[in-house]
Amino acid sequence: MQMNENGMDDFQFDVLTEIGNIGAGNATTALSQLINAKIDMRVPQVQMLTFPELSEIVGGAENLVAGILLSLSGDIDGMMLFVLESSSARLLVQQLMGMEPASTDSFTEMETSALQEIGNIITGAYLSAISSMTGLTIDVSVPSLAFDMAGAILSVPAIEFGKMGDQALLIESRFVDLDVDISGYFILIPTMESYKHMLKVLGL
Amino acid sequence: MAMIKVGMADAKVCRAPDAITTLGLGSCIGVALYDKTTRIAGLVHIMLPDSTTVRQNQNRAKFADTGIDLLIEMMVKEGANRGYLTAKIAGGAQMFAFTGNSDMLRVGESNANAVRKKLKELGIRILSEDCGLNFGRTVEFYPETGDFLIKAVGKPPKTI
Repeated sequence: MQMNENGMDDFQFDVLTEIGNIGAGNATTALSQLINAKIDMRVPQVQMLTFPELSEIVGGAENLVAGILLSLSGDIDGMMLFVLESSSARLLVQQLMGMEPASTDSFTEMETSALQEIGNIITGAYLSAISSMTGLTIDVSVPSLAFDMAGAILSVPAIEFGKMGDQALLIESRFVDLDVDISGYFILIPTMESYKHMLKVLGL
Repeated sequence: MAMIKVGMADAKVCRAPDAITTLGLGSCIGVALYDKTTRIAGLVHIMLPDSTTVRQNQNRAKFADTGIDLLIEMMVKEGANRGYLTAKIAGGAQMFAFTGNSDMLRVGESNANAVRKKLKELGIRILSEDCGLNFGRTVEFYPETGDFLIKAVGKPPKTI
């Protein structure tokens, strides 16, 4: 059987891609309803990236981004990270709250809690779609938000992947509003053990 | 003067007047080693504390225990004196706040402790450090002066 560097064959890779598709589709719908705008989802891309590549995905390692992290337990053990470019994060907050952003460098307490709530809803939609489609039980922690350099935020999932190999699996989903470009990235990181468990539960 | 860039799980060496940098350190640690006498510096971007607990450990730069050894070998090869090496370290933040104490989220602290332990074993003195807390750091080391410049979002840059 054809294996890639992470010991995963093409079929298993496809399964993960499909899991990503299911989640991102539902998350996009949730986002559309949340800000009451028509949002299209581009075809999600699943890629294996080296660590230096991973830290460059959201406009470079020093680019300011908002990251929302959840830890997962149950049938999928691991973590999930939802990353928004700072401009996208601002637009979302603006559209949700109907107000102009307060400053360009940081978020106010009010904006932070709005973002946290957006993260909560979107990641919830993403994970519940996966859960109901596959029958996998996923317990989710309260999301935690960080606003910092992309490299620093992405180091958290990178380190988890680093325990398994020298590459990271990225499921990238880009949302496109009709007027503005809002893009987000979903990174799902099952531990190696729970990855095997997932495949087993799915009968693969 | 050139600025040499070190990626995640990567190590490089430079000599004055060039400088060396790594961008957006989160829970990872940037370990800068320096030989003042030859003005040769090295920087390694470490992701995990211990190579012996991980099966996929071929990339030596990824771990505190093997990464520092690797950097010393690289520097000595370039002409640095092993006996004169000193260290400055930064990073090891906890980027996300969580209730509960999952190991997954405390890796920054473990990384910093592993680096301190390894340097102590090797008899390399840590001249200064900026580790922990909850923010990302970009670091630049200047072998010309031995300065380690630390930049973070919304904070004034500082030299340690």
